[in-house]
Amino acid sequence: MDNTTHDYLTQSDAVKARFDKLKQREVILEVKGLNKVYKSAQGETTALSNVSFKTHRREFVCVIGPSGCGKSTLIRILAGLESYSGGQVLLDGKPVTGPGRDRGMVFQGYTLFPWLTVRKNVMFGLEMNGMSGEEARREADLWLELVGLERFASAYPHQLSGGMKQRVAIARALVNQPRILLMDEPFGALDAQTRCKMQAHLLDIWRNVDVTILFITHDLDEAILLADRILVLKANPGEVQELIEVPVPRPRSVDQLFTPEFIATKARLEALIHPPTAVASDEAETVKPHMIRFTNVADNVE
Amino acid sequence: METTAWFAARQELPPNRRKLLAIGSFVLPILIWCLVSYVPFLWHPMVRISDPGAVDYFQADMLVDKAVFKAELETMQAQGGALPVGGLSNPIYLPPPHKVAEAFYTGFTTPPASKDGLWLHQSLWQSIQVIFWGFLLSSLVAVPLGVLAGTYSAVSRLFEPFIEFFRYLPAPAFGALAVAVLGIYEGPKIAIIFIGTFFQQVLIISNTTRKLDYALLEAALTLGTSRLKLLRHVVIPGILPDLYRDQRILLGWAWTYLIVAELIGTSSGITWFITQQARYEHFENVYAAILMIGIIGLGTDLVLAKLGKRLFPWDKPANKQ
Repeated sequence: MDNTTHDYLTQSDAVKARFDKLKQREVILEVKGLNKVYKSAQGETTALSNVSFKTHRREFVCVIGPSGCGKSTLIRILAGLESYSGGQVLLDGKPVTGPGRDRGMVFQGYTLFPWLTVRKNVMFGLEMNGMSGEEARREADLWLELVGLERFASAYPHQLSGGMKQRVAIARALVNQPRILLMDEPFGALDAQTRCKMQAHLLDIWRNVDVTILFITHDLDEAILLADRILVLKANPGEVQELIEVPVPRPRSVDQLFTPEFIATKARLEALIHPPTAVASDEAETVKPHMIRFTNVADNVE
Repeated sequence: METTAWFAARQELPPNRRKLLAIGSFVLPILIWCLVSYVPFLWHPMVRISDPGAVDYFQADMLVDKAVFKAELETMQAQGGALPVGGLSNPIYLPPPHKVAEAFYTGFTTPPASKDGLWLHQSLWQSIQVIFWGFLLSSLVAVPLGVLAGTYSAVSRLFEPFIEFFRYLPAPAFGALAVAVLGIYEGPKIAIIFIGTFFQQVLIISNTTRKLDYALLEAALTLGTSRLKLLRHVVIPGILPDLYRDQRILLGWAWTYLIVAELIGTSSGITWFITQQARYEHFENVYAAILMIGIIGLGTDLVLAKLGKRLFPWDKPANKQ
């Protein structure tokens, strides 16, 4: 058992071949030297500094980093919901200037339209872009079937569970057939069990649809389980630390959680996100034994 | 458990208790009114003369203060004249419930006093029309303006400061002006209802519009919605149930301006009826008319609430049991 000595950079032949093939594919999204500076009364804060990376067609990229690393800012810039101070964001070689249907977005807070039924929610993007009602309905039903919610087509969002809402949101974004699907901590509000199911579900959808996915998360296991490559950001200012190629072979499942590749990758992510020196110096975050206790001396729990 | 269940903070009661309390909220004031009216030792500060005796200025059915009656009674006893007789009574402005209930019915069956006078239902109908037109005209301008102000900062910055100022001006203050401009009939009355509602309406609706979750607009944008389409396809449907609730509250507001409005120019509608009846001291009719306003107001609101549930099936607060 040489788990600890396994190197996250070592790739099996199959994984290597897969990455080689992936990199042959055309570039969908290219971010070049992206900067974002917030100006406020207190002065300027740099949220993102010189962020560069590329995603290839049908690649699954996860973005991970400590809180305050600007990962949400990054995805909102890519979606066109926020402006940037410098650099370039290119989709299929063309600069991004604002929100558009070529970049689908799934938010953590579901953001389904409460006044529309599930089917109408999915039809929304199509109808906004001029498709006739009948055609949009047929399309929407296909995508609802893909996410397994065809039985709930006439339900309203408030009647659905969190996981189901997020599946509708995914269908609603995918029906527009975007070049890239941006997901901003989409499973962050779900309980552990539902999240696990949703991860499997998302991988299944991704296999069956021609779409590139950029997925933000703070859950290391989630990132390794889903991603081809993981973009690790560091905080203050948000900069790229490393772009890790995940050596865990596909198809993925939770059974791989304890394989040497998985453990090695996770160890590397841990080291990047919670550097050992930083933890030691950060006194407020460590739990120290207390002198005062509010229980009977004999009444011990450990 | 039983006792705490009645008073658990922010917890809804079971349906039967809710119904019981709702009935109680009406029964309780009526009960107090009955007690004060029918139990002679509660209040009853007056004496109704049934036989004036030898007191020269007393008349049958006249109401006098208890103290005056007692003084005259003692005087007569001392002088040995015929003693006045009377029973305890409440002042004329507090008729007992059965009188008001009677007036409620006879109000509709009594023909108008003068030939060109109006029946009670005609007076009520006049009032309803004033409210309807005043509120409709106000809504026609205020709803779009409020929604635009809540959506676009430019509209809000241009209109809201002035409206904030104007809403402090009491609507009746414009009465004389309204008569000068619009004549003495329906015009100035509708104008007062309009002034009373409009400014509040713009501010309340713009505030409601601002409360719409901005993430919904962002979601629509990422789905390829153009900025122009956002208003019609996201903002308006998104706020509709809350807008409807606001309108219900504001309609109640319009009713509160009715009496002042109808006193402007020629007195009309239910106000004319009330002032007329008060002049002849028919206070049971006055109470009956006030009750009618309340019943019409509450009735419309209940109908609108029911309708709201039908119109907005996705609206959780309205459909929550």
